[in-house]
Parts: sequence; C-alpha cells; structure tokens
Amino acid sequence: MLHGQRGIIDVDVHPVVPNMAALTPYMDEYWRDQVVERGINTIASQNYPPNAPKTARADWKQASKVTDLQAQLLDPWGVEMAICTPLYGTQMVMNADMARAFTRALNDWTRAEWLDRDSRLRASIVLPMHDAEHAVEEIERLAPDKRFVQAQVLVMGETPAGKRQHWPVYQACVKHGLPLAIHAGSCFRNPVTSVGWPSWYLEEYSAQAQGFQSTLGSLITEGVLSKFPELKIVLLESGVTWLMPFLYRLQKTWKGTRFEIPWVDRPPIELVRDQVRLSCQPFDAPPDVVPRVLDMLGNDDMLMWASDWPHWQYDGDEAIPPGMPEALLPKLMRGNALATYTRLREGVTA
Amino acid sequence: MNVIQPIRGKSKPPAATLGLVDVDIHPRMKKPTDLNPWLSKRWQEHLETYGIRARHGFVGGQPPFPKAQPLACRRDAWPPGGGTPASDLDFLRFQLLDQYGVDVGVLNPLQPSGQGDNNNEFSAALAHAVNEWQLEAWLRKEPRLRGSVVVPYDDGPASAREIEKRAGDPNFCQVLMMSRTAEPAGKSRYWPIYEAAEAAGLPVAFHAFGYSGWAMTNGGWPSFYTEEVSEHAVSAQNQVVSLVVEGVFERFPKLKVVMIECGFAWVPNVAWRLDQHWKQLRGEVPHLRKKPSEYIRDNIWFSTQPMEDPERPEHLLDIMSWIGWDKILFASDYPHWDFDDPLLALSGAISAEKRRDIYGGNAIKLYGL
Repeated sequence: MLHGQRGIIDVDVHPVVPNMAALTPYMDEYWRDQVVERGINTIASQNYPPNAPKTARADWKQASKVTDLQAQLLDPWGVEMAICTPLYGTQMVMNADMARAFTRALNDWTRAEWLDRDSRLRASIVLPMHDAEHAVEEIERLAPDKRFVQAQVLVMGETPAGKRQHWPVYQACVKHGLPLAIHAGSCFRNPVTSVGWPSWYLEEYSAQAQGFQSTLGSLITEGVLSKFPELKIVLLESGVTWLMPFLYRLQKTWKGTRFEIPWVDRPPIELVRDQVRLSCQPFDAPPDVVPRVLDMLGNDDMLMWASDWPHWQYDGDEAIPPGMPEALLPKLMRGNALATYTRLREGVTA
Repeated sequence: MNVIQPIRGKSKPPAATLGLVDVDIHPRMKKPTDLNPWLSKRWQEHLETYGIRARHGFVGGQPPFPKAQPLACRRDAWPPGGGTPASDLDFLRFQLLDQYGVDVGVLNPLQPSGQGDNNNEFSAALAHAVNEWQLEAWLRKEPRLRGSVVVPYDDGPASAREIEKRAGDPNFCQVLMMSRTAEPAGKSRYWPIYEAAEAAGLPVAFHAFGYSGWAMTNGGWPSFYTEEVSEHAVSAQNQVVSLVVEGVFERFPKLKVVMIECGFAWVPNVAWRLDQHWKQLRGEVPHLRKKPSEYIRDNIWFSTQPMEDPERPEHLLDIMSWIGWDKILFASDYPHWDFDDPLLALSGAISAEKRRDIYGGNAIKLYGL
C-alpha cells in the first residue's frame, strides 16, 4: 500500500518487449517470414536506450513478463488496476504496412501475455499513425475488448497532432469512449528539438517537455479540443510543470490573434482544464514549490498517479512526487483515473 | 497591444528611479540599398539578384507564417514623413525615447540582416554591413542608443572575427544571435562566438526568431502564426538546455547570455526538469560540475516582453522569484504590434524596488552602462 491509499490505479506501466521473436507468434505468415528472412531481431526505440539509467531502475531491470510486474509493483503496492503502455518501436518503422502489422502484433502480445494473465491489467491500443485509416482500423479491431481503455501515440509525431489528417482517429476515440494517450517519445521524423539534433540523452529526454507543449498547442489551435469536446487527452510522462507557463503564453497570444483560429472560442486554459489529464511521474519540480505549482494548475481533477514502471524516476517506494499534499491523494491515486476512463469504471468494485 | 490610444504626455515609469533601459528595439532600413555603402559590388549584386535566402522557401525572407499585422508592427508606428516603422530616428525619438524617457535603448536589427541565410559568406558580409549601418544611421546620432553586434552565427569563426572588430567600441553592448540556429546553440560550432564574446566582455543575446531549417516543432511544422509565436518560447527552451548541457558555461564561465523576446515563465520548469533528470543521467555528462539549474541562475538573463500572462498576478511573482529578480530586463519590442508600454508593462503587484531593477537596474549592471 502506498501512503495508506486503497484501490490505487496506475495509469502508466511499460511492459518491455524482449525482442521481435516475442511478437512473431502474433503476425501472419507473410510478416513472420519478413522478420525471419530479413533478420529483424529487434526494433527497440531509441527513446529509451535499453541500458540507459532512465530506462529501467536497477531493481526493475526485468520487465518483460507479467510476473515481473506482479512481483515488483502490483502485489507490494496493492495496485487495483494498471494501464499498460508499451513503448516498443513497432509504429516507428518507415514502412506504413510494416508499422501496421508490427503494431497489431504488439497489441495482441499485450493482450495475450499481460491482460489475459492478470485481471488487474488494462491496456492502450498503440496506433500506427502513418495513415489515419490504419489507426482507425486498429481502434475498431480492439475496442470491443473493454480491457483496452485508451488509444496511444507518441508525442513527437511526423506532423503535429492537431492536423486535420488525424481527425478520423479522434472521431474513432470519441465513438468508443477512449481517451487519447500521448506518451513521451519521438517517431524521429523530425529532430527532437526544433533547432536540430542535440548531443546528449539528457537533452533529448528534457526535450519531451517541449514536444508536449507543441503538441498541446497544435491540438488547441487546430480545433481538436473544440471540435471533440467529449475527447479526453491524457499526457503520459510529460513532466507536468511545463503546462501552465506554456498556456500563459499561448492564451495571451490567442487574445491577440484569435481571428486566425476563430473556432477556438474558449480560452485555451479552460479547454485544457476540461479535457486534458496528466500522469504525475515524473513531476519536474522540487518538493518546496509543488503547492505553488498545484495552485497554478487550479484544478484537482487533472493529475493521475503513475508508477512509470520500470523507468527510473525515483527510488524505493517514493512513487508519489514529494510535496504532494495528502488531501489530494485519493483523487490522484484513484478518483481522477476513474473519472477519466469510463472503461475503468466498468471493472471496479465499489 | 495594437490599440490606438490618445497621445499621452511624456512620462517615465515612476519606479524607474535608476533609469529606464529598453533592451529590445528593432530598427529598420529605409530602403534595401541602405547597406550598399558597406557591401562589396559582388554582394550588392548578390543581394539584388538572389535576395535573402532563408531556410523556409519564401523570397526575400517573407515569413511562411504571415504576420497578424503588416510587418508585425503597431498601426501607429508608421512615421508621418514616410518609410516603415522604426526607420526614422526622429520619429523613434518622439514615439519611444522621449515619450517614455528611455535612458538607454538596445537595438536588435532583424531581417534583412542576413542572419540564418543559406550562404554563410553572404551572411557574414551582410552582418558586417548591418553593424556599420547601425553606427552610421543610429548610434553616432543618438547617444541613448546602443547597438548589437550582428553575427553570421552559423559560421562560428566569421562571427568571432566580427565580434573582435567591435570589441571595445562602446556603441555596442552585446552580440546578437537568433533563437533558431541551424544546430542547438551549445554545439561546438558556436563556441568561437562565445569565446570571442567572453573575451570582449559582451553578453550574447538570443532574440526569438529565425529559421533553423528544421521543422518548427519537434513533431513537425505547425499551421498557424499563433503557434509560430508561441513556439519561440519552446525553441528557446531547447537552446537554454543545449547551452547548459553541452557545458558552454563550464568552458566560458564569464559568458553572459540574454534571452530576448523568448518569454520567461518556462525558465523555472526547464531548470527543474534538468535537475530532476540529471540525478539519474549525470553519468553521461561529467563535464557539468554544478547542478544544471545553477548555470541558468548564474549565466542567463531574460527580457520581459512578451510576458506570460498568468490568471492571477501572484503566480507571475512566483515565477519571477524562481528565476531571480536580478535576472529580468525590461523590453518594449518597439515597434512591433505586441509592444509593451513601459508605463503599463509591470504589474503593481511587483514591489517598486523590484520594478526599479527590472526597468533599469539589472540592465545597467549586466551591460555596464
């Protein structure tokens, strides 16, 4: 049990695909042959270099089996439900057909090897985003299984998330009551900064926070939040504290240039408070400023707890960002996730 | 903001008891040939024939995101005698320097300065000409103005040579780069600039803008001017991160960097994020001998306009106090549409003493005015 909270819900755990051989049972014969004949051993993503300290805590190096998750997290912390958010590079490959087949296999692997083996688990439908048709097809294929509680994309895509080409995907999310989860990570179609490729992984990891700003800016200015008011956006592993300062700028700009985007007919901060939710690991702030940062956020409903297993964000069981007020914990660790994910509510005991 | 107001009597902000320093004024040329006296025949012809070739695809540096206003300027900034905003010294005196009692104004020339041009040699020729033009058209005529050493920043050695030429000239108070460079600003190709600036005792300013050649966000090209304007603050974050993590301030510890028109509300969260993740990743960057946030605190200054606009003024105070009251500099951005009026820019929620430092005290110390 963490901080005496019961029935806690973890919105960001990362099952690690050990290699391509783990996925081939979930491919058709053509793609299985491709993997074997072309010697595709792994397509692990550079977003989390396998041996980098951030990628796995020293005591969480084994993270490719459901028994690892049970032993390291679910059992000791009394987690009632956890949402799997795999980060293997299936949707990042350049060939759209390959991305579609590999991502389909990834989602089926998650279902068979995680969801079917522990009733506490839920998962994300990882989307191949080359082609909106492929993404919608994957949503339609998996949405009938209510254990898939959201759709999932990387924050740095090929084109900004708000662009109209992606809207059929958002329509499908709304149709099935699935939030759109946007997770840290790049598909590497663009440099991870807008001024080119940085030298160090520390810079690259830091740049996720810039990616979240641009992506949220795009969703707001293109009109996604206004057009789909029922759509919930969940920002995973974003760092959180970039949010309000970015909106202070965007909202001020909007006051001066809103004639350009007249469909944004409410202040961006209001739209975000209604429709955007964030996981709280990592939480980029020292403990002493956390109350002020929460005061800026101005809303108790927006943050959801995540372990971010097996990424190294904290040690031991310091899984709640230091400085979080005790009074917020019931919402943070359970209530806000239940309010965000309709499909989680269906599987909850009182 | 772009609101036509009755002309007020001249007045300086009452809190500006140490002086009023405006660190962001954008002078313009009267006509494209104004630089010719300092350009060789060859480069005059190049300018005439091919123009500025920025990394975005439109002739003459015309922006790919059309501005919200003509030339992004205040409607009332066109001089009555003709010409474009801030191209007429007398009208700039009337509308800005005299109107508000500006004691020192820092010029940051934007295009056609040649910064970020595809051709580094041409960029260097234009930068040199722009600096001579600043001296001739502005600095020698108006003692309240200071110039910025415009450099062809994507060519480090050529930039260093231009800085060396201006070292010791009291007309210039800083080196000017744009915030969107071809590579992250901490990369070694830019170190000659920092070395020369440190040696000359000149701060290096990064003014929001420019085209790196890469997509304007790390997730691709956005659609709207609204996004472009907001993305300046985002790119500037990457530049601060790069300068810190590449160890620029370890290598050049006396270097002072000024982020101009980049906003500042993001500074605390960028510093926190670096510190937070440096805990696990510091093994990668042993060249950093202090916490990342300490380099930001020690070596980087930030200008006000455009100030982020929190819902409650105390949140602005939080942010400013986290950055450091001694690191914030007043800027008007004259003559642009989002000009900050010196009399209205700083909230009364900020104590008079702190406003005094932001209006002038901090800049006087930074630039040694």
